[in-house]
Amino acid sequence: MSKANLLDRRAVVSGLLANRKDAIVVGGLGASTYDMAAAGDHDRNFYLWGAMGGAVMIGLGVALAQPKLPVVVITGDGEMLMGMGSLATVGLQKPANLTIVVLDNESYGETGGQVSHTAATADLVGVARACGISDTRAMTTMAEVEAFAPTLQDVASGPRFASVKIDGANLERVLSSRDANYIVNRIRGALGFQPI
Amino acid sequence: MHARADAPQEQAAASWPDEIFSILQRFDVRQVPYVPDAGHSQLINRVLDSPSMRGVPLTTEEEGVAMLAGAWAGGQRGVLLMQSSGVGNCINMLSLTQIFRFPFLTLVTMRGEWGEFNPWQVPMGSSTQAVFELSGIRVLRASHPQEVREVVEAGAQQAYNACTPTAVLLSQRLIGTKVFVK
Repeated sequence: MSKANLLDRRAVVSGLLANRKDAIVVGGLGASTYDMAAAGDHDRNFYLWGAMGGAVMIGLGVALAQPKLPVVVITGDGEMLMGMGSLATVGLQKPANLTIVVLDNESYGETGGQVSHTAATADLVGVARACGISDTRAMTTMAEVEAFAPTLQDVASGPRFASVKIDGANLERVLSSRDANYIVNRIRGALGFQPI
Repeated sequence: MHARADAPQEQAAASWPDEIFSILQRFDVRQVPYVPDAGHSQLINRVLDSPSMRGVPLTTEEEGVAMLAGAWAGGQRGVLLMQSSGVGNCINMLSLTQIFRFPFLTLVTMRGEWGEFNPWQVPMGSSTQAVFELSGIRVLRASHPQEVREVVEAGAQQAYNACTPTAVLLSQRLIGTKVFVK
Protein backbone atom coordinates (compact mmCIF):
# COMPACT_ATOMS: atom_id res chain seq x y z
CA MET A 1 0.00 0.00 0.00
CA SER A 2 2.65 2.49 0.92
CA LYS A 3 4.89 3.47 -1.95
CA ALA A 4 7.99 5.60 -1.85
CA ASN A 5 7.90 9.33 -2.56
CA LEU A 6 4.14 9.78 -2.40
CA LEU A 7 2.99 13.16 -1.14
CA ASP A 8 1.44 14.02 2.19
CA ARG A 9 -2.17 15.04 1.60
CA ARG A 10 -2.22 17.75 4.25
CA ALA A 11 0.90 19.35 2.80
CA VAL A 12 -0.65 19.26 -0.67
CA VAL A 13 -3.90 20.92 0.42
CA SER A 14 -2.12 23.49 2.60
CA GLY A 15 0.16 24.29 -0.30
CA LEU A 16 -2.73 24.71 -2.72
CA LEU A 17 -4.74 26.92 -0.36
CA ALA A 18 -1.96 28.97 1.29
CA ASN A 19 -2.71 31.99 -0.87
CA ARG A 20 -6.29 31.22 -1.87
CA LYS A 21 -7.53 34.84 -1.76
CA ASP A 22 -11.24 34.94 -2.70
CA ALA A 23 -11.47 31.35 -3.90
CA ILE A 24 -14.46 29.20 -2.99
CA VAL A 25 -13.26 25.70 -2.16
CA VAL A 26 -15.43 22.57 -2.25
CA GLY A 27 -14.15 19.57 -0.31
CA GLY A 28 -15.33 16.08 -1.20
CA LEU A 29 -16.80 13.70 1.35
CA GLY A 30 -14.24 12.16 3.67
CA ALA A 31 -10.59 12.96 4.11
CA SER A 32 -10.59 15.84 1.60
CA THR A 33 -12.94 17.78 3.85
CA TYR A 34 -10.68 17.06 6.85
CA ASP A 35 -7.67 18.25 4.84
CA MET A 36 -9.43 21.53 4.09
CA ALA A 37 -10.31 21.98 7.75
CA ALA A 38 -6.71 21.20 8.70
CA ALA A 39 -5.49 23.89 6.31
CA GLY A 40 -7.64 26.39 8.21
CA ASP A 41 -11.35 27.06 8.48
CA HIS A 42 -12.63 29.65 6.03
CA ASP A 43 -16.02 31.19 5.36
CA ARG A 44 -15.71 30.19 1.69
CA ASN A 45 -15.11 26.51 2.47
CA PHE A 46 -17.85 24.23 1.19
CA TYR A 47 -17.37 21.10 3.29
CA LEU A 48 -19.17 17.94 2.23
CA TRP A 49 -20.00 15.17 4.69
CA GLY A 50 -22.11 13.23 2.19
CA ALA A 51 -23.31 13.60 -1.41
CA MET A 52 -20.66 11.19 -2.61
CA GLY A 53 -20.06 11.78 -6.31
CA GLY A 54 -21.44 15.31 -6.15
CA ALA A 55 -18.40 17.47 -5.37
CA VAL A 56 -17.57 18.41 -8.96
CA MET A 57 -21.19 19.28 -9.76
CA ILE A 58 -21.49 21.46 -6.67
CA GLY A 59 -18.33 23.17 -7.86
CA LEU A 60 -19.83 23.64 -11.32
CA GLY A 61 -22.97 25.24 -9.88
CA VAL A 62 -20.89 27.69 -7.86
CA ALA A 63 -18.53 28.37 -10.76
CA LEU A 64 -21.34 29.22 -13.18
CA ALA A 65 -22.98 31.47 -10.58
CA GLN A 66 -19.72 33.30 -9.75
CA PRO A 67 -17.66 33.37 -12.95
CA LYS A 68 -15.23 35.98 -11.65
CA LEU A 69 -14.26 33.98 -8.58
CA PRO A 70 -11.88 31.04 -8.55
CA VAL A 71 -13.69 27.82 -7.61
CA VAL A 72 -11.65 24.81 -6.53
CA VAL A 73 -12.93 21.28 -5.94
CA ILE A 74 -10.65 19.10 -3.83
CA THR A 75 -11.76 15.50 -3.62
CA GLY A 76 -10.58 11.92 -3.46
CA ASP A 77 -10.27 9.22 -6.09
CA GLY A 78 -13.25 7.24 -4.79
CA GLU A 79 -15.51 10.29 -4.72
CA MET A 80 -14.37 11.26 -8.21
CA LEU A 81 -14.94 7.76 -9.57
CA MET A 82 -18.54 7.87 -8.33
CA GLY A 83 -19.16 11.15 -10.15
CA MET A 84 -17.10 10.52 -13.26
CA GLY A 85 -19.94 11.59 -15.55
CA SER A 86 -19.69 15.07 -14.07
CA LEU A 87 -16.33 15.43 -15.83
CA ALA A 88 -18.21 15.09 -19.13
CA THR A 89 -20.66 17.74 -17.96
CA VAL A 90 -17.82 20.08 -16.97
CA GLY A 91 -15.99 19.37 -20.23
CA LEU A 92 -19.07 20.52 -22.14
CA GLN A 93 -19.67 23.68 -20.07
CA LYS A 94 -16.01 24.67 -19.84
CA PRO A 95 -16.25 26.93 -16.79
CA ALA A 96 -13.04 28.98 -17.03
CA ASN A 97 -12.88 29.56 -13.26
CA LEU A 98 -13.12 25.93 -12.12
CA THR A 99 -10.22 23.74 -10.99
CA ILE A 100 -10.64 20.12 -9.91
CA VAL A 101 -7.92 18.51 -7.80
CA VAL A 102 -8.09 14.81 -7.00
CA LEU A 103 -6.08 13.54 -4.04
CA ASP A 104 -5.44 10.02 -5.24
CA ASN A 105 -4.40 7.48 -2.61
CA GLU A 106 -5.76 4.64 -4.76
CA SER A 107 -8.04 3.55 -1.94
CA TYR A 108 -11.18 4.17 0.08
CA GLY A 109 -9.49 5.45 3.21
CA GLU A 110 -12.63 6.17 5.23
CA THR A 111 -13.93 2.63 4.99
CA GLY A 112 -10.84 0.58 5.70
CA GLY A 113 -8.48 1.25 2.83
CA GLN A 114 -10.01 -0.99 0.18
CA VAL A 115 -8.22 -0.43 -3.11
CA SER A 116 -9.93 1.76 -5.71
CA HIS A 117 -9.93 1.46 -9.48
CA THR A 118 -7.10 3.98 -9.79
CA ALA A 119 -4.70 1.55 -8.12
CA ALA A 120 -4.71 -0.69 -11.15
CA THR A 121 -6.48 0.52 -14.26
CA ALA A 122 -8.48 3.74 -14.10
CA ASP A 123 -6.65 6.87 -15.21
CA LEU A 124 -8.62 9.90 -14.02
CA VAL A 125 -6.37 12.38 -15.81
CA GLY A 126 -7.06 10.51 -19.04
CA VAL A 127 -10.79 10.49 -18.31
CA ALA A 128 -10.80 14.25 -17.69
CA ARG A 129 -8.91 14.90 -20.90
CA ALA A 130 -11.16 12.59 -22.89
CA CYS A 131 -14.17 14.48 -21.50
CA GLY A 132 -12.95 17.73 -23.01
CA ILE A 133 -10.97 19.24 -20.13
CA SER A 134 -7.82 20.21 -21.99
CA ASP A 135 -5.74 21.51 -19.06
CA THR A 136 -4.93 18.32 -17.19
CA ARG A 137 -1.91 17.21 -15.22
CA ALA A 138 -0.62 14.57 -12.84
CA MET A 139 1.55 15.96 -10.06
CA THR A 140 4.04 13.92 -8.09
CA THR A 141 6.20 16.49 -6.27
CA MET A 142 5.54 19.35 -3.86
CA ALA A 143 7.45 21.62 -6.23
CA GLU A 144 4.83 20.92 -8.89
CA VAL A 145 2.00 21.49 -6.41
CA GLU A 146 3.48 24.82 -5.31
CA ALA A 147 4.03 25.91 -8.89
CA PHE A 148 0.42 24.98 -9.70
CA ALA A 149 -1.18 26.79 -6.72
CA PRO A 150 -1.18 30.32 -8.24
CA THR A 151 -2.93 28.92 -11.34
CA LEU A 152 -6.05 28.37 -9.22
CA GLN A 153 -6.52 32.17 -9.28
CA ASP A 154 -6.74 32.23 -13.06
CA VAL A 155 -10.44 32.52 -13.88
CA ALA A 156 -9.95 32.85 -17.64
CA SER A 157 -8.32 29.62 -18.76
CA GLY A 158 -10.03 26.73 -17.00
CA PRO A 159 -11.43 24.26 -16.48
CA ARG A 160 -8.40 22.48 -15.08
CA PHE A 161 -8.00 18.98 -13.70
CA ALA A 162 -5.08 17.82 -11.59
CA SER A 163 -4.40 14.50 -9.94
CA VAL A 164 -1.93 14.23 -7.09
CA LYS A 165 -0.75 10.83 -5.97
CA ILE A 166 -0.71 10.93 -2.17
CA ASP A 167 0.31 8.38 0.42
CA GLY A 168 -2.30 6.16 2.00
CA ALA A 169 -1.77 7.28 5.57
CA ASN A 170 -4.98 7.68 7.55
CA LEU A 171 -4.36 10.93 9.38
CA GLU A 172 -6.12 12.19 12.46
CA ARG A 173 -9.47 13.64 11.46
CA VAL A 174 -9.75 17.42 11.65
CA LEU A 175 -13.47 18.01 11.83
CA SER A 176 -15.12 20.94 10.12
CA SER A 177 -18.66 22.02 10.83
CA ARG A 178 -21.09 19.40 9.54
CA ASP A 179 -24.12 21.70 9.61
CA ALA A 180 -24.86 22.10 5.91
CA ASN A 181 -27.24 24.99 6.39
CA TYR A 182 -24.58 26.89 8.32
CA ILE A 183 -21.90 26.07 5.75
CA VAL A 184 -23.92 27.23 2.75
CA ASN A 185 -25.26 30.35 4.42
CA ARG A 186 -21.78 31.31 5.55
CA ILE A 187 -20.60 31.13 1.94
CA ARG A 188 -23.63 33.11 0.75
CA GLY A 189 -22.99 35.70 3.44
CA ALA A 190 -19.35 36.02 2.38
CA LEU A 191 -20.57 36.69 -1.16
CA GLY A 192 -22.99 39.36 0.06
CA PHE A 193 -26.26 37.44 -0.12
CA GLN A 194 -28.86 37.87 2.61
CA PRO A 195 -30.84 35.07 4.27
CA ILE A 196 -34.35 34.65 2.85
CA MET B 1 -35.73 10.11 -24.60
CA HIS B 2 -37.70 9.70 -27.84
CA ALA B 3 -39.97 11.99 -29.81
CA ARG B 4 -43.65 11.69 -29.29
CA ALA B 5 -46.43 11.96 -31.84
CA ASP B 6 -48.30 15.23 -31.53
CA ALA B 7 -50.75 15.24 -28.67
CA PRO B 8 -54.39 15.59 -29.72
CA GLN B 9 -54.94 19.03 -28.18
CA GLU B 10 -52.09 20.45 -30.23
CA GLN B 11 -52.71 24.12 -29.64
CA ALA B 12 -52.93 23.92 -25.87
CA ALA B 13 -50.02 21.48 -25.79
CA ALA B 14 -47.87 24.00 -27.63
CA SER B 15 -48.45 26.75 -25.11
CA TRP B 16 -47.87 25.29 -21.67
CA PRO B 17 -44.09 24.91 -22.06
CA ASP B 18 -44.00 28.61 -22.95
CA GLU B 19 -45.97 29.37 -19.80
CA ILE B 20 -43.44 27.41 -17.74
CA PHE B 21 -40.60 29.30 -19.38
CA SER B 22 -42.21 32.63 -18.51
CA ILE B 23 -42.61 31.59 -14.88
CA LEU B 24 -38.95 30.53 -14.68
CA GLN B 25 -37.94 33.88 -16.17
CA ARG B 26 -40.08 35.78 -13.70
CA PHE B 27 -38.49 33.94 -10.76
CA ASP B 28 -35.03 34.78 -12.09
CA VAL B 29 -34.04 31.14 -12.64
CA ARG B 30 -30.52 31.10 -14.07
CA GLN B 31 -29.27 27.49 -14.09
CA VAL B 32 -31.29 24.78 -15.81
CA PRO B 33 -29.63 21.36 -15.61
CA TYR B 34 -31.51 18.66 -17.51
CA VAL B 35 -31.56 15.15 -18.85
CA PRO B 36 -33.58 15.35 -22.06
CA ASP B 37 -37.13 14.13 -22.35
CA ALA B 38 -39.49 14.55 -25.26
CA GLY B 39 -42.04 16.13 -22.93
CA HIS B 40 -39.52 18.82 -22.01
CA SER B 41 -38.14 19.37 -25.52
CA GLN B 42 -39.92 22.67 -26.18
CA LEU B 43 -38.97 24.09 -22.78
CA ILE B 44 -35.35 22.94 -23.19
CA ASN B 45 -35.17 24.76 -26.54
CA ARG B 46 -36.51 27.94 -24.95
CA VAL B 47 -33.90 27.66 -22.18
CA LEU B 48 -31.03 27.05 -24.61
CA ASP B 49 -32.11 30.10 -26.63
CA SER B 50 -32.38 32.30 -23.55
CA PRO B 51 -29.59 34.78 -22.79
CA SER B 52 -30.39 34.78 -19.06
CA MET B 53 -30.53 31.01 -18.48
CA ARG B 54 -27.81 28.40 -18.68
CA GLY B 55 -29.10 25.06 -19.92
CA VAL B 56 -26.76 22.30 -18.74
CA PRO B 57 -27.10 18.78 -20.15
CA LEU B 58 -26.26 16.15 -17.52
CA THR B 59 -25.03 12.59 -17.79
CA THR B 60 -27.32 11.55 -14.93
CA GLU B 61 -30.01 13.38 -13.00
CA GLU B 62 -28.30 13.37 -9.60
CA GLU B 63 -25.71 15.72 -11.03
CA GLY B 64 -28.44 18.34 -11.29
CA VAL B 65 -29.34 18.14 -7.60
CA ALA B 66 -25.73 18.75 -6.59
CA MET B 67 -25.35 21.50 -9.17
CA LEU B 68 -28.36 23.40 -7.84
CA ALA B 69 -26.92 23.28 -4.31
CA GLY B 70 -23.76 24.88 -5.70
CA ALA B 71 -25.79 27.43 -7.64
CA TRP B 72 -27.58 28.45 -4.45
CA ALA B 73 -24.29 28.86 -2.58
CA GLY B 74 -23.19 31.10 -5.44
CA GLY B 75 -26.38 33.15 -5.34
CA GLN B 76 -28.37 31.76 -8.25
CA ARG B 77 -31.65 29.90 -8.55
CA GLY B 78 -32.07 26.86 -10.74
CA VAL B 79 -34.53 24.21 -11.80
CA LEU B 80 -33.90 20.55 -12.68
CA LEU B 81 -35.74 19.12 -15.70
CA MET B 82 -36.03 15.35 -15.95
CA GLN B 83 -38.25 12.39 -16.72
CA SER B 84 -39.79 10.20 -14.00
CA SER B 85 -37.24 7.42 -14.59
CA GLY B 86 -34.51 9.86 -13.58
CA VAL B 87 -35.98 10.46 -10.14
CA GLY B 88 -34.64 7.13 -8.92
CA ASN B 89 -31.15 8.18 -10.00
CA CYS B 90 -31.33 11.14 -7.60
CA ILE B 91 -32.30 9.55 -4.29
CA ASN B 92 -29.14 9.91 -2.19
CA MET B 93 -28.36 13.33 -3.65
CA LEU B 94 -31.85 14.54 -2.71
CA SER B 95 -30.52 14.57 0.88
CA LEU B 96 -29.00 17.92 -0.03
CA THR B 97 -32.44 19.51 -0.36
CA GLN B 98 -33.10 18.81 3.31
CA ILE B 99 -29.76 19.54 4.89
CA PHE B 100 -29.04 22.73 2.91
CA ARG B 101 -32.68 23.87 2.91
CA PHE B 102 -32.09 25.42 -0.49
CA PRO B 103 -34.77 26.38 -3.00
CA PHE B 104 -35.01 23.13 -4.94
CA LEU B 105 -37.51 22.92 -7.79
CA THR B 106 -37.74 20.09 -10.28
CA LEU B 107 -40.18 19.65 -13.15
CA VAL B 108 -40.70 15.99 -13.97
CA THR B 109 -42.37 14.64 -17.10
CA MET B 110 -44.15 11.42 -16.26
CA ARG B 111 -43.89 8.05 -17.95
CA GLY B 112 -45.35 4.71 -16.92
CA GLU B 113 -48.94 5.92 -16.55
CA TRP B 114 -51.97 6.94 -18.67
CA GLY B 115 -51.85 4.47 -21.54
CA GLU B 116 -48.16 3.58 -21.31
CA PHE B 117 -46.93 1.13 -23.99
CA ASN B 118 -43.55 0.30 -22.46
CA PRO B 119 -43.70 -1.84 -19.31
CA TRP B 120 -40.12 -0.88 -18.40
CA GLN B 121 -41.34 2.62 -17.59
CA VAL B 122 -44.08 1.52 -15.21
CA PRO B 123 -42.21 0.60 -11.97
CA MET B 124 -40.34 3.91 -11.62
CA GLY B 125 -43.27 5.94 -12.91
CA SER B 126 -45.48 4.30 -10.30
CA SER B 127 -43.13 5.11 -7.42
CA THR B 128 -42.00 8.59 -8.50
CA GLN B 129 -44.34 10.52 -6.22
CA ALA B 130 -43.68 8.27 -3.22
CA VAL B 131 -39.90 8.50 -3.72
CA PHE B 132 -40.08 12.28 -3.63
CA GLU B 133 -42.31 12.29 -0.57
CA LEU B 134 -40.07 9.85 1.30
CA SER B 135 -37.17 12.18 0.45
CA GLY B 136 -38.92 15.14 2.06
CA ILE B 137 -39.99 16.83 -1.15
CA ARG B 138 -43.45 18.27 -1.71
CA VAL B 139 -45.20 17.02 -4.82
CA LEU B 140 -47.62 18.93 -7.04
CA ARG B 141 -49.13 17.60 -10.26
CA ALA B 142 -50.53 19.05 -13.46
CA SER B 143 -52.61 16.83 -15.72
CA HIS B 144 -54.30 19.33 -18.03
CA PRO B 145 -52.86 22.17 -20.13
CA GLN B 146 -55.13 24.71 -18.46
CA GLU B 147 -53.70 24.07 -14.97
CA VAL B 148 -49.98 24.00 -15.79
CA ARG B 149 -49.38 27.69 -15.25
CA GLU B 150 -51.12 27.74 -11.88
CA VAL B 151 -49.44 24.58 -10.59
CA VAL B 152 -45.91 25.47 -11.73
CA GLU B 153 -46.29 28.96 -10.35
CA ALA B 154 -47.35 27.59 -6.96
CA GLY B 155 -44.39 25.22 -7.02
CA ALA B 156 -41.96 28.00 -7.88
CA GLN B 157 -43.38 30.23 -5.16
CA GLN B 158 -43.02 27.69 -2.39
CA ALA B 159 -39.61 26.52 -3.61
CA TYR B 160 -38.02 29.94 -4.08
CA ASN B 161 -39.88 31.99 -1.46
CA ALA B 162 -40.14 29.40 1.31
CA CYS B 163 -37.13 27.18 0.46
CA THR B 164 -39.53 24.24 0.37
CA PRO B 165 -38.14 21.56 -1.93
CA THR B 166 -40.81 20.90 -4.54
CA ALA B 167 -41.37 18.57 -7.48
CA VAL B 168 -44.00 19.31 -10.10
CA LEU B 169 -45.10 16.20 -11.95
CA LEU B 170 -46.29 16.84 -15.50
CA SER B 171 -48.63 13.94 -16.21
CA GLN B 172 -48.33 11.70 -19.20
CA ARG B 173 -51.96 12.65 -19.84
CA LEU B 174 -50.73 16.22 -20.32
CA ILE B 175 -47.69 15.54 -22.47
CA GLY B 176 -49.33 12.78 -24.52
CA THR B 177 -48.70 9.05 -24.48
CA LYS B 178 -45.69 8.08 -26.53
CA VAL B 179 -46.67 6.28 -29.73
CA PHE B 180 -44.38 3.36 -30.63
CA VAL B 181 -46.53 1.69 -33.30
CA LYS B 182 -48.95 3.57 -35.47
